[in-house]
Amino acid sequence: MTAPLLHAADLKVTLGPPGAGVAVIAGLDFSLEAGRTLGVVGESGCGKSMTALAIMGLLPRPHAVGGALRFNGTDVLTLPAEGHRRLRGAQMAMIFQEPMTALNPVVTVGRQIAEMLEVHRATPPDQAARQAVALLERVGIADAGRRATAFPHQLSGGMRQRVMIAMAIACKPALLIADEPTTALDVSVQAQILDLLLELQRDEGMAMVFISHNLGVVSEMADDILVMYSGRAVEYGPAQAVLRAPRHPYTAGLIATLPDIGRRQAVLPVIPGNVVNPRRRPAGCAFAGRCAQAGADCAAAVPMLTPVAAGHAAACLRVRPAA
Amino acid sequence: MSEAAVSVWQLRWRRLRRDWPALAGAGVLVALYLACRAAPWLEDWLGVSGVETDLLSRFEPADGQHWLGSDEAGRDELCRLLRGGQVSLSIGFMAALGSSLVGTVIGACAGYFRGKVDMVLMRFTDFVLALPGLPVLIILAAIDLTKLGFSQDFVRSGDAGYWRIVAIVTLLGWTTVARLVRAATLALAEREFVLAARAQGASAWRVLWVHVLPNAISPVIVATTLRMGGVLLTESALSFLGVGIQPPATSWGSMLTNAQELIATAPLLAIYPGALVLVSVIAINFFGDGLQSAFDPRSDPG
Repeated sequence: MTAPLLHAADLKVTLGPPGAGVAVIAGLDFSLEAGRTLGVVGESGCGKSMTALAIMGLLPRPHAVGGALRFNGTDVLTLPAEGHRRLRGAQMAMIFQEPMTALNPVVTVGRQIAEMLEVHRATPPDQAARQAVALLERVGIADAGRRATAFPHQLSGGMRQRVMIAMAIACKPALLIADEPTTALDVSVQAQILDLLLELQRDEGMAMVFISHNLGVVSEMADDILVMYSGRAVEYGPAQAVLRAPRHPYTAGLIATLPDIGRRQAVLPVIPGNVVNPRRRPAGCAFAGRCAQAGADCAAAVPMLTPVAAGHAAACLRVRPAA
Repeated sequence: MSEAAVSVWQLRWRRLRRDWPALAGAGVLVALYLACRAAPWLEDWLGVSGVETDLLSRFEPADGQHWLGSDEAGRDELCRLLRGGQVSLSIGFMAALGSSLVGTVIGACAGYFRGKVDMVLMRFTDFVLALPGLPVLIILAAIDLTKLGFSQDFVRSGDAGYWRIVAIVTLLGWTTVARLVRAATLALAEREFVLAARAQGASAWRVLWVHVLPNAISPVIVATTLRMGGVLLTESALSFLGVGIQPPATSWGSMLTNAQELIATAPLLAIYPGALVLVSVIAINFFGDGLQSAFDPRSDPG
């Protein structure tokens, strides 16, 4: 068995100065093989984006990290800043939620794409400009030659996200992190962007970390799903297994909140309460306060991620471990 | 997208084009500058000189040859004003540009690297800002340049006085721009496109140069323009105090100094250079204000 492209072992991230930090990721394990997609799901504030920033080496300062995070065999947590910078854009790339704000407003989109090639491949400017136009065509922008000379504010949200994707894939990275890439777009454009990402992934053989709070979107994209709650994994397994037979009450709750087009519902189900503040995370299961099945034992200790089926694990005292 | 690609700069130009006080200010400045440049030709044409003394024709009234009369040493007043203007305007431009460059570098480093770098640079800025301006300028102007390793020839030439003023004003004048750029950089560094640029592997230098500074440049341009007016006044003050431009070279400030003793007998010799300083500073401020509103995204888009 080959080593996975990306592997996290007991990843911990604490933001803030030493002594007064907040543990936004409190021990996270996952792995991602080349060419596959890991969907990361959870509510706002559960640590999804921090996981992405930890991989990219862009965590806000000051911060402290623990555990190991291997990319292609190198532990990126201990990588010097300059080494990590070389990986970014070339080996690992990221697209962001807001295509409105993630592009430089005073530089034409063609220049911004060409810059990637100039930085990482030392491509001469005229050649980089031509490749930028080709990349714009690749991500489905019509009349790419003219659009390359446009400034971001002259493009629609969907086109801007396509530009972001073109920048991300410019150097053919092995890993693409998509942090809520379609949340800011309207539904029909969302579907187009998801299709584009799937197509690019198939053609380029990229691995993808797809972050979303929307299980419906993740179910279309991911091979494996990692459900996070308050800085920890509460369920992790193959996408089909997690969606069809969720074991953790939180995952089950998330799936129940998805609207079903076949049923008329006056009120959509919700999970009561909010994600706990990581500063006041309880000693036991962080979800216990919102969980219908919680008992006194849930507050005693953090439940471990326990295998429940082949490749499928959940961190809840109420699930029966696999035999 | 039927309309042609319009960059922010084109939008700004469209706004500026409709701002007549700003255009008038710019026009006056350009006209003044061109007139000053034309001084040697004018001298040839009229057969007068703004530099050579002619003790037989002191205090001539205005006539066909001396359009504005002549001064206490028989030099043509108009040509002398124009030659002084070359020096004054170019000092204003150079020193404002120098201040902005220094301020931009310091402000950008402080705002982008933050932490200790920010603290050290900003405390230094506070220190420079707290210096009493004019006394420090006078002390700096009194430094013997030969002791700093400059050659005798350079120190005696007119250039030394010119560059001395540019350097002094730059050294004390960068603080406003440094603070402006720092504030803009702090705000821009939080923007997602800066994070995105870093996610694409751009180095700190490239992030600053390509992504932060071009977005922070508008307040700098406005501040530089307005600063030019301030420098013109500082130069006048220094030259008036006798520590600025030294004869035979001249500037509007040093012409004011000369006119000081003659204010009762030949008041026009003081009024002309004073009026030119006034007009240029007003023109610069009008233009600067125009730029400010043209760069303001909240003002009506063209």
